Amino acid sequence: MHVLVSLLAVAALFLAVLVGVDVLGWRWLFGVAIPYAAAAVFLVGVVLRVLSWARSPVPFAIPTTCGQQKSLSWIRQSKVENPSTTLGVVARMALEVLCFRSLFRNTRAELSDGRLTYSSTKWLWAAGLAFHWSLLVVLLRHLRFFTEPVPRFVLALTTLDGFFQVGLPEVLATTVIFLAAAGFLLLRRLASPSLRYLSLASDYFPLFVFLAIGLSGAWMRHVSKVDVPSVKAMVMGLLHLSPPAAGVADTAFYVHLFFVSVLFAYFPFSKLVHMAGVFMSPTRNLAANSREVRHVNPWNAPVPVHTYQEYEDEFRERMRDAGLPLEKEA
Amino acid sequence: MSGAPKKDHAPKPDQIEYYQQEQLLQIDYARTPEKAWMDETPELRPGNFIWPAKPKNLEYIGFPNAHEWSPLEPDWKLPASWKEIIIQGIRERLDKYRSFKVFMDICVRCGACADKCHFYIGGGDPKNMPVLRAELLRSIYRNDFTAAGKILGRWVGARPLTPDVIKEWFYYFYQCTECRRCSVFCPYGIDTAEITMMARELLLLLGIGVNWIQEPVANCYRTGNHLGIQPHGLKDTLEFLAEDLEEVTGVKVEVPLNKKGAEVLFVTPSGDFLADPGIYTCMGYMALFHEIGLDYTFSTYASEGGNFGLFSSADTMKRLNAKIYAEAKRLGVKWILGGECGHMWRVLHQYMDTMNGPADFLEVPVSPITGTRFEHARSTKAVHIMEFTADLIRNGKLTLDPSRNDGRRVTFHDSCNPARALGMFEEPRYVLKSVVRNFFEMPPNTIREQTFCCGGGAGLGTEENMEIRLRGGLPRGNAVRFVHDKHGVNQLAAMCAIDRATLSTVTEFWAPEVKVTGISELVANALVMKGEKERELNFRKEPMRAGGEAPHA
Repeated sequence: MHVLVSLLAVAALFLAVLVGVDVLGWRWLFGVAIPYAAAAVFLVGVVLRVLSWARSPVPFAIPTTCGQQKSLSWIRQSKVENPSTTLGVVARMALEVLCFRSLFRNTRAELSDGRLTYSSTKWLWAAGLAFHWSLLVVLLRHLRFFTEPVPRFVLALTTLDGFFQVGLPEVLATTVIFLAAAGFLLLRRLASPSLRYLSLASDYFPLFVFLAIGLSGAWMRHVSKVDVPSVKAMVMGLLHLSPPAAGVADTAFYVHLFFVSVLFAYFPFSKLVHMAGVFMSPTRNLAANSREVRHVNPWNAPVPVHTYQEYEDEFRERMRDAGLPLEKEA
Repeated sequence: MSGAPKKDHAPKPDQIEYYQQEQLLQIDYARTPEKAWMDETPELRPGNFIWPAKPKNLEYIGFPNAHEWSPLEPDWKLPASWKEIIIQGIRERLDKYRSFKVFMDICVRCGACADKCHFYIGGGDPKNMPVLRAELLRSIYRNDFTAAGKILGRWVGARPLTPDVIKEWFYYFYQCTECRRCSVFCPYGIDTAEITMMARELLLLLGIGVNWIQEPVANCYRTGNHLGIQPHGLKDTLEFLAEDLEEVTGVKVEVPLNKKGAEVLFVTPSGDFLADPGIYTCMGYMALFHEIGLDYTFSTYASEGGNFGLFSSADTMKRLNAKIYAEAKRLGVKWILGGECGHMWRVLHQYMDTMNGPADFLEVPVSPITGTRFEHARSTKAVHIMEFTADLIRNGKLTLDPSRNDGRRVTFHDSCNPARALGMFEEPRYVLKSVVRNFFEMPPNTIREQTFCCGGGAGLGTEENMEIRLRGGLPRGNAVRFVHDKHGVNQLAAMCAIDRATLSTVTEFWAPEVKVTGISELVANALVMKGEKERELNFRKEPMRAGGEAPHA
C-alpha cells in the first residue's frame, strides 16, 4: 500500500505539471512561483530544523566506540574508530559522511541447521554511496546553468563524466549510476520482506521523486534535446530574480523543475534531513574521552540522594555490632 | 541439545527445561505478519515479559502513579491523564536530549540495523528490528510533534497514542538490552539504547515498570546495593569469601570495609558478593589486592557498582551513582578502582563525572605498585580493574603460573558496555593471555565492537522472561557452541556481573559444556601468592588443571 500511495502521488504530481503547463499554460506558476516557494521552504525549513536540534543540549557524552580505547601507553589506540581528540572526531565524521563507514560494516545474518553465520554484505553500502556521490556530481554539473562564466572544474567534471563517449550528446556516467542506484534502493525495499514490512510511503516517495527528476533530466538531454541556452537564460533569470517571460519551450524542463521543487519543499519535513542530522549525532561527533575530560550537562539539576548520614542512622546499631567504623557513636 | 522435559511435573515458562533448542530455532526472517505493524499487537504470555514493579518499590524512589496491574489483564489501570503525561513527557525529553530529537527525525529506515539485534536474530519478530522498535515511539512523536505526521498520518509513519501503544512499548522496550550493537552499524549512529531509555522513562511516568529493575533500585537507594545486603551482612559475606580463599590458598587476606584514609575505594557490582560464579571473581580481586599490598577499602554504603537506575531514568541513575563520589570523599581515598561489570562501566565512564562530578577532591589515579599514571582517567579518577591488572602484569609485578589454568580452554565474551561505550578490547585480552595458555577467539562478527549481548542486560536478566532471554542469547550461545566444537572451549570469560549470571543460563541451554567465569578468577588461579600452600583446588574447590582436553581432530 505504502509503495502504491507514493507511486500514485508522484503520478498525480506528474499529471499536474503536464496539464498545468501544456493545457492550462501556467508556465509562470511551475517555472517561477513554485520554484521560488520551494527554495524558500527548503532554506527556512532546514535552518529551522537544524536550529531546533541545536536548541536541545547534549547532556551526556555517549559516543559509540568501535575500536580500542586510549588507556595504557603500550596499548595501541584506534584513533579514528574510538577518537579521543577533535582531530580523531573529524576523521571519524569524514569517514562516516564521505565513505559511509558504518554501512561498510554491514553483515547479513543467516540461520541454517541451527548455525548462525554473518557474511559481509556491501550492496546497501555500494548503492548508497553510488547514489549520494552521483547525486553530488550531477548537482555540481548543474552549476553550468547557474554560473557565467562556467567554472573550469564544472566543465572538467562534465567532460570526465562523459568519458565513455556513448551517444550524442554523450551519456554521462553519473546519470546512469544515479538512476541505477535509486532503482536498486527501490527494488531492495520491495524485495526484502522485512524491509517491505517496515517501509513507509515516506520511504518510497523520495525515491520516486528522485527517479522522476533523473528521468526527466535524461529525457531533456537525450530525447527532447532541450534548448540549453534558453534553459540557462531561464535559470540565470530565476537566480537574479528576473525570470524571462519567454520561459522554456520544452515541457520536460517544467517536469524536471517541478519535481526538484517538490523535493526541496518536502525535504525539511522528511527523513531527508539526515543530510544535516548526521553531523549532529552525539554517538559519532563526540570524542570518547569522558574519563579524561569532564562533559558538562547544562541542565544537570540536583537530585535527592540517600546520604551516608541517613544510611548510618538506619543501620548504626548493626554496624556497631559488626565492628564497622562509625561517624557518630550515638 | 537440551534435556528432554522432566516427566513428573511439567516445567513452566520461566524454567529453562520448558524450552528446547529445536523449538526456539524455528525462525523465519522472511515471514512477516499479515497486518501492518501499526495494527499488530503483541501477545503477552508468561515467559515473554517481566512482572510489574511493586508499588512500594516505585514509591520508595518517588516514581509517580505507582499502582497494581497485570500485563495479562486487558486494563492496565493507567492514570486518568495518561495521554497528556506521555505527550508532555516526550516534549520535555525532546528539549533535554539532542540525541532523542535527532534520532526521532533522521532515520531513513535503510534496515542496516535489522539483523544486528540479538532479539531479532533469536526470535524473528519484525518489531525487534531496532528500526521498527524505534518506530513504535517515533510514530507517536510524528503524530503529535511534526507537521507531516499531523497532515499525512500513517503514510509518513504517524499514529495516535492508544493504550495498545503503551502495551506495545512495555513489551518491546523491555526486549532491548541497550547493548548498542545496532548503533555500530547505523550510518547515522542512531542509538536504540537512547530511545529505549526514553521509552522506559515515559512508561515509568505512568507507573509502568518491571520489578526486576525497580526492586534493586529501591534496595540500592536504601542499603547501597541491588541485593539489599545490609552493612553487617556484607561484612559477613566478604569474611566468608576470605575464609574460603584461605582454605584454598593457605593465605589469609584482609577484608577492609569503610576504611578511612585508604588509598583506593574499590567498587564492584553486588552480584560479585553473592551470585555464583561472581563470588569467585570477588575472591580473585581480594587475592590480587592482598598479594600486591594495595591499600584499599570496600564500602558498605557504596557497595554497588552496578546501577539499575541506568535502566530506569537518568535522575535515578544519578541518585544511585552519587554514593560513589560521596563515599570516596567521606573516606578520603585518592581514587576509585572499579571491578568487572558492564553497565557499571557505562555509568562510570560516560555519566558519573557529568552527573556527580567534578571529582576535584580526588587525585589523578596512580598505581601505587607500578607508578603508572592513568592519564585517560584523570577527570573521573576511576580506573577499571583490567586496566589496573594489565599494567601490573606488563610491569612484571605479578608472579603468574598460567599452567594452573590448563584445565580451562577459554574464550572471551566482550561485554556490550565495555566494548561499545569504552572500547576496552586489548586490556582484558592481554590479561587473559597472560594467565591462561589455551585462549580462543569466537568468530570476528561476534566479538569486540560487534559483540553480542548475553540477552539479559539492561535489567532483563530474570527467569520470568526466560523465552526472550534464551532467544536473545542465541547469537552468543551459537558462537560459544562454535568454539566449543572447534577448539574444545569449556570456559567463557566475561568481565561483567550480569554476564556471569545470565550467560550461565545461555550456555546451559545453547552450549551446556561451557561454564562462565570472571577474568579476575582466572588471574587469581594463576597468581603465585607469597606464603601460599600447594594449590590443589581452585576457588570453586575443583582440582586445579583438571579437564580441558583438546577436541579430537
